[in-house]
Amino acid sequence: MIKRFIIVLALAAIAVGLYPLAWGIQDAEILTEVANEYVENGADDLGAANLVTSVVVSYRGLDTLGEITVLFAATAGVTMLFAARKPKKSGQKGSLADDSRRTGSELLQTGADFLFPILWMFGMYIFVHGHLTPGGGFQGGVVLASAVLLLLFADSDRKMGHTLLQIAEALSGAAYVAVGLLGLWFAAGFLDPRFLAAGEFGQLFSAGAIPVIYALIGIKVGAELTGIVDTMRRSAL
Amino acid sequence: MSMTILIVMGVLMLSGGIAALYIKDTVSAIVAAGVVSLLASVIFLIVGAPDVAMTEAAIGSALTTVVFLFAWSRIKEAEKEKDTLESDSAEEGGE
Repeated sequence: MIKRFIIVLALAAIAVGLYPLAWGIQDAEILTEVANEYVENGADDLGAANLVTSVVVSYRGLDTLGEITVLFAATAGVTMLFAARKPKKSGQKGSLADDSRRTGSELLQTGADFLFPILWMFGMYIFVHGHLTPGGGFQGGVVLASAVLLLLFADSDRKMGHTLLQIAEALSGAAYVAVGLLGLWFAAGFLDPRFLAAGEFGQLFSAGAIPVIYALIGIKVGAELTGIVDTMRRSAL
Repeated sequence: MSMTILIVMGVLMLSGGIAALYIKDTVSAIVAAGVVSLLASVIFLIVGAPDVAMTEAAIGSALTTVVFLFAWSRIKEAEKEKDTLESDSAEEGGE
């Protein structure tokens, strides 16, 4: 009874606390000062057709580097957690694991074989065109990871090359920081993409180093998420 | 018009969330939670944030759902293992 009362009280407190937020919600007529600055000068500064990308990769590039680091820490944590419990499993319960392991149906296998190249290409497209169309490194990387996931679902015997994933992830992460340092040396500051020529607005090769950075982020995110999902899959089988 | 769609989506999201809480079958509950994310991504698209919509659709509704499904299959397997171990020891005790 008291517990229920406390729950209701907590809900009421949250509702009252968030009330101004819900009440004050309305379509913004004007941009804030910082946003206005980005909108007015973003295209001229960086030459990226997708303004969101120029904010994410350049103006707030350090935040993106932080997000990548968080994702890396999460991947390391998941891998350590599952690696610690692995030997105990594979040793004794071999028969049980074999029973629960079943390959995908004909439909799933054919569908995966057909869809994998398309999904893979779509993921690459998303992060290569990050400075032109919506999306970018994170979204493209996740699409790549889900393409691999589809293959893994279709064929449960398939082994992922974790060495390859680790090399891809480490190289792209290091290259990301190196590109940032190039910006520090040859342009205005860390992660400034303007040390490469801005090129023609709206073309694939434009916006300085933004496509390079987003491709590196895409590879890194794709490798990390594939690693997480594959580690979990092998433990769940 | 878009306001109507937003309200419909919001109501659907709410019902998806409530369904995820009250459905007895865990796999269906996980799928219902994924549907909430998918509808959220549609809302993001309508209000003009395609970048966020892509992230939400890919991570929220695809990868998170898959991670939950892996976790669920792991839990079920652990329960099965426990049952086998218990029945084994019971047989040994009987002999």
